[in-house]
Amino acid sequence: MAHAYTPGLKVTEKTLIKKDRRLPLKGQVIVKKGDQVGSDQIVAKTELPGNVQPVNVSGLLGLLAEDVPSHMLKKIGDPVAKDETIAESKGFFGLFKSSCKAPVTGTLESVSSITGQVILREPPMPVQIKAYIDGQVTEVSQAEGATVEAYGSFIQGIFGVGGETNGDIKVVAADPSQELTIEMLTPDCKGKVVIGGSLIKFGALKKAAEVGAKAVVVGGIDDADLKKLMGYDIGVAITGHEEVGLTLVVTEGFGQMSMAGKTFKLLKSKEGLKASVNGATQIRAGVMRPEVIIPLSSQDLGGEAVKEAGGMEIGSAIRVIRQPYFGKIGKVSALPHELQKLESESHARVLEVTFEDGAKAVVPRANVELIED
Amino acid sequence: MAVDPNKLKVILVTDCGSTTTKAILIEYQNGEYRQTTRGEAPTTVEKPFEDVTKGVLNSVREVEELSGRKILNGDDIITPADGLTGVDIYMSTSSAGGGLQMMVAGVVKSMTGESAARAALGAGAIVMDVLASNDGRLPHQRIERIRHLRPDMILLSGGIDGGTITHVAEMAELIAAADPKPRFGTSYRLPVIYAGNKDAREIITKTLEAKTALLIKDNLRPVLERENLTPARDAIHDVFMEHVMAHAPGYKKLMAMAHEVPIMPTPGAVGLMIQSLAKAEHIAAVGVDIGGATTDVFSVFFDKGTGNDVFNRTVSANLGMSYSISNVLAEAGIANIMRWVPFEMDEAEVRNRIRNKMIRPTTIPQTQEELQIEQAISREALRLAFVQHKSMAVGLKGVQQERTISDAFEQTGSGETLINMMDLKILIGSGGVLSHAPRRVQSALMMIDAFQPEGITTMAVDSIFMAPHLGVLSTVHAKAANEVFLKDCLVRLGSCICPTGHGKEGQPCLTVRFAKADGTKVEENIKAGEMKHLALEENVKAMVVPAKGFDIGAGKGKEMEVALEGGTVGLIIDGRGRPLIIPEDKKERIRKLSEWNQALGVYPK
Repeated sequence: MAHAYTPGLKVTEKTLIKKDRRLPLKGQVIVKKGDQVGSDQIVAKTELPGNVQPVNVSGLLGLLAEDVPSHMLKKIGDPVAKDETIAESKGFFGLFKSSCKAPVTGTLESVSSITGQVILREPPMPVQIKAYIDGQVTEVSQAEGATVEAYGSFIQGIFGVGGETNGDIKVVAADPSQELTIEMLTPDCKGKVVIGGSLIKFGALKKAAEVGAKAVVVGGIDDADLKKLMGYDIGVAITGHEEVGLTLVVTEGFGQMSMAGKTFKLLKSKEGLKASVNGATQIRAGVMRPEVIIPLSSQDLGGEAVKEAGGMEIGSAIRVIRQPYFGKIGKVSALPHELQKLESESHARVLEVTFEDGAKAVVPRANVELIED
Repeated sequence: MAVDPNKLKVILVTDCGSTTTKAILIEYQNGEYRQTTRGEAPTTVEKPFEDVTKGVLNSVREVEELSGRKILNGDDIITPADGLTGVDIYMSTSSAGGGLQMMVAGVVKSMTGESAARAALGAGAIVMDVLASNDGRLPHQRIERIRHLRPDMILLSGGIDGGTITHVAEMAELIAAADPKPRFGTSYRLPVIYAGNKDAREIITKTLEAKTALLIKDNLRPVLERENLTPARDAIHDVFMEHVMAHAPGYKKLMAMAHEVPIMPTPGAVGLMIQSLAKAEHIAAVGVDIGGATTDVFSVFFDKGTGNDVFNRTVSANLGMSYSISNVLAEAGIANIMRWVPFEMDEAEVRNRIRNKMIRPTTIPQTQEELQIEQAISREALRLAFVQHKSMAVGLKGVQQERTISDAFEQTGSGETLINMMDLKILIGSGGVLSHAPRRVQSALMMIDAFQPEGITTMAVDSIFMAPHLGVLSTVHAKAANEVFLKDCLVRLGSCICPTGHGKEGQPCLTVRFAKADGTKVEENIKAGEMKHLALEENVKAMVVPAKGFDIGAGKGKEMEVALEGGTVGLIIDGRGRPLIIPEDKKERIRKLSEWNQALGVYPK
């Protein structure tokens, strides 16, 4: 296939960012087209049908299932309060009556004469969708959601945990190769998006959550530390709903890996600005990578055109994404057409890369990613 | 409209996978059916195309270019064939859009619940969960589960005909209370297939009709002693077509193009192909397809309980070599993966590499070290998938078995696995790590280590993943499908001889004697704990003599005349015994792994 390489992660100073903000079910969109919104502003809301709670009335009252409907004190659709009596047995001459109380507040949804079960539905649960980024509403889909757009810097990570959050950028690593350690996480990291270098260990992650950092962005993390943070081994890379006290964005991969120079430089240049961060990662069908978005106010917008990523050609900047040259950056210096035999004895399409130090190597095209502008 | 197989001389089949759409052309030439041309193109289900037929047409155009046959007239497929124009039939399978995801419900988990799961799996679905009255969950937990999972459809069964209706009615009430929404869109109601106690149909209809698209079918477990899975499986295929596929982008057009044979879920079609092969050759067969996200295992074994050949399929939805590779680590544990790595390596480093493969799933091993780690992981993925398969491919539970005096010595309870490795005659592997291993012997050894065949077993790999195409073809022309499967699709690796039992390392294990067609006589003596490889391309009759304590199928120490099939790898003799024990001491383990790899020429020196 023509595109046998991974399209690189986006690290862009200025680009148009569009965020679809959708409700899980139809509801109400609160904003209008053209509205300026802040990241924490609610753009749409709805109510999810409440949980249901079955009550085994026949069992509780010692009735035959078919007799349950005639012993109900409430009708289908009636509201019920917690501990309110919903059914009662007749007893002997009005004595020894037993009753059945509602375990939750809600409405009575169904009564079955086959199973003797009564189903109560709890009140609907409100769901609110926030704007997530500072920007402008450019599109409203009636009852479904809205699109928020902003110009800004956009950085994709490779893997993350935790959901949407925002805070001001604080760079604590001196350079992209420095490990983010416990000592760097001072109380003034509270509410911040903390930028580290090549690695963060479990102790530092815990400290970051303790001081109240909103998010941590680093080059690499050891698998064992991720496991400690999550409390379990991640099976499939579908993340975003973890509750680990902060949002984590890893930009390069697992193990100690210096953050790409360009990424670090860009984040450093935005120190103090507000960033929206999402750790949600989904690698299967419809790839989703974690991201850091720094919306820019209109006066920051220069005339620089936003470039679309092209194909791979001689001179393209690339990063190797697998052993034995994992993490090394260089430029494509040859793109031979024929399949070549690798050390593993597989035949694959390859390219020749010239690394920053001038050394050359041949790597499979599948094992590099473009560094996009 | 019935298709007349005799009129099919030029056949076009496509498989729309989640990433690539593959088209093949099969032609009747010189008295046999052969696959003549192949074309492929990226699948176009997702943005920006959102029309599966675009990828199909692109793959067919490639077939046109390569074969010189004009197949398309604009976007229409020309039928029937006339000279170098058109094809006699077009059909397709599909797994695009994540395949078919189902939830099943039954009354007793190990009885109707399991039967329902078997029906769904056999139809090519991924079973997201099995709900049952005795699954240990509280009713509200079950409801939450249904709401949370958003399946493409639900198969509800429960109760034998004439049995209790209360429990199945209760399951229906829970489904109704959950008011489940299908995965795609909110515009249609979730299909529910009811295949349980026929006496409960009225109640089920009353409970579910208003909230779901309900379909009533024959009970899949009408009596305890018998499963009747076909009506439910057919219904799943119909619903897959009418509801699920019809809502996927471009599928209405695809259904119109392939109007003579219904579009089938890819794994369902692979299952049909394995069944078709086992039936034609009267053998027990196991097929495995290890992908990036999931691993499918198919088997056909004889069930002594019912006297029938039984087909089973399982999907290990989270065992795979890229997207799901981390889950292999989570389920197998690092120690189980490390036991296949034939060199010293830091465990933490291996863990990081596995994670990096998960987040960059399209990368490939460049070095020997990387390849050997990947093949170590694949052994565990395959092993775990097979463990799951064995626990699903079982005789019917809850059945009172009649025993004769001759059974007294092999007492088997009801619900015992049908997988008897000694009976297994052919093991077929497919999926990148097996189909594209740099050396074929690597595929053979991965399968031997993971499945641990016993006795004499033939091994093959599906080199170009044509089984789905041939499976759907087998529904209209089984002979053509089998012919192409054996001649063009399978690469015969050869045979392995794997005696059961154990012996002290270095003691005699087995002797094999045979004569080749050119008259050369071969005699090999294998010691316990040793492996050997002989190049053998032809099929031969051999005499296998196991040493005391070892068995190749005739009983301990009993010799046997066997047919050995040759192939690209030849003959592998495995003296390691069964069950296979890998030394626990690291140094010893690496020594033994290296010795076996060297004996078989698995990796370069």
